[in-house]
Amino acid sequence: MMKTDEKMIVKGKRLDGRKPDDLRKIEMEVGVIPNADGSSKVSFGKTTAIVAVYGPRSLFPRHLQESESGIIQFKYDMATFSVDDRKRPGPSRRETEISKVARLAIEPVLFLKNYPKTTVDVFVEILQADGSTRVTAINAASLALADAGVPMRDLVVGLSGGKVDDTLILDLCGKEDNYSDADVPMAFLPNKNEITLLQMDGRLTPEETKQIIRNILHAGKEIYKKQVETLKRKYSE
Amino acid sequence: MRADYILKLLEKDERLDGRKLDQFREISIEKNIIATAEGSAKVKLGKTEVIVGVKMNFGEPFPDTPDAGVLRTEAELMPMAHPDFTSGPPGEDATEIARVIDRGIRESESIDVEKLCITKGEKVWSVFVDFYPINHDGNLIDAGSLAAIVALKNTRIPELDKEGKIDREKLKNPLPVMHFPLMITVGKVGNKMIIDPTFEEEQVLDSKLSIAVTEEGKVVAMQKSGSVGLTDDDVDNMIDIAVKKSKELRKLIEDGKKTSK
Repeated sequence: MMKTDEKMIVKGKRLDGRKPDDLRKIEMEVGVIPNADGSSKVSFGKTTAIVAVYGPRSLFPRHLQESESGIIQFKYDMATFSVDDRKRPGPSRRETEISKVARLAIEPVLFLKNYPKTTVDVFVEILQADGSTRVTAINAASLALADAGVPMRDLVVGLSGGKVDDTLILDLCGKEDNYSDADVPMAFLPNKNEITLLQMDGRLTPEETKQIIRNILHAGKEIYKKQVETLKRKYSE
Repeated sequence: MRADYILKLLEKDERLDGRKLDQFREISIEKNIIATAEGSAKVKLGKTEVIVGVKMNFGEPFPDTPDAGVLRTEAELMPMAHPDFTSGPPGEDATEIARVIDRGIRESESIDVEKLCITKGEKVWSVFVDFYPINHDGNLIDAGSLAAIVALKNTRIPELDKEGKIDREKLKNPLPVMHFPLMITVGKVGNKMIIDPTFEEEQVLDSKLSIAVTEEGKVVAMQKSGSVGLTDDDVDNMIDIAVKKSKELRKLIEDGKKTSK
């Protein structure tokens, strides 16, 4: 973790004026890419992810096919202009890892056995990055899959928690992410009560770790509601 | 089947979406849509949607132009934008699109690169223009060229702090953009010429000629694509169409309108 002299919390308020448990302004939209089978755009404050889902569709080259099941191909990519110093195009090690854990975060909700030899392709582009990009991407992927009409056991909710200046917080922005004592991105299935992504780096007591997870599960309910509203809005229009 | 139908319609000077042969789709332009970029734009031509973001970084000048900034345009054909696009490093098509967009801007001498020198021979501004299609329904080159010049026109150069580091929270002087070239791609099929082709129309075109035109009506860049040759009369005709339509497009943009007849 990087060090800074700057206080992350002053008089109970965070850099952007939020209280420790407050989430940033969340915006969600589905059906934003006409060519895709399902698509979405999700923003948490200044972090914006756009997602396209294609499939289930035939998978080539054939040696990637599973005879008894479909697979998910998940690609998380950051636009070159999504960060301060231009990101070099092409997948970095970080993006490759995130693609993997995000794929595993959504895999449990799909009935892949029903689509042997096919793929469900999920393409994420981070247009603006200001912290918590992987959980924003997972919320967007959940919406895009539902928008594609792919049968799902549950939606997937993503939210990050962490610790700055001895305070447990939720939905880290970029600066908090850089200078936090700990950072915990998490995804879960709100109705099945299963955690499908859990990562952590930093330094926490076991009690703090457990508390952050509980805080995420609690606050994530709001995100779940927003996802449901967003999907309903599309079908009521 | 669909291709045959498109060709049949074109013979009668008609198109699938009801447009005239030399008519643009509805155009929408949004500026400064990316908060993390120094300049950006989103352009829609019908269902085609593209984003261009501009980043300013320190770079080294080329040895033959030690006091000039560097412009670099790259394109990725993201698999999100079309079922036929696949992941991976930019291939022929992406590279061609980036280079053609770049050529229109470079050859119109749109950017006053000498104003981008920080220390002669050592340090200059590199201007990165990155093109991302969000939804591909044809004519990416015209959409991308328009998004690129609008994004550049709205780019602000970050200030340098006391230690000479880039302070991106302070974007101050506008990038010196002197000219506003427009790219018009004219497609030919049989003996018909069309502009702003959709993806389906692109599949039936014999050839295309992309032509960048400045505000004075000068031609500054061209690129022929497609596998059928063009006669000199064809090229004459295409240039005339491009110059005429570029004027019309320029007026649409200036008036902030979305469609023309």
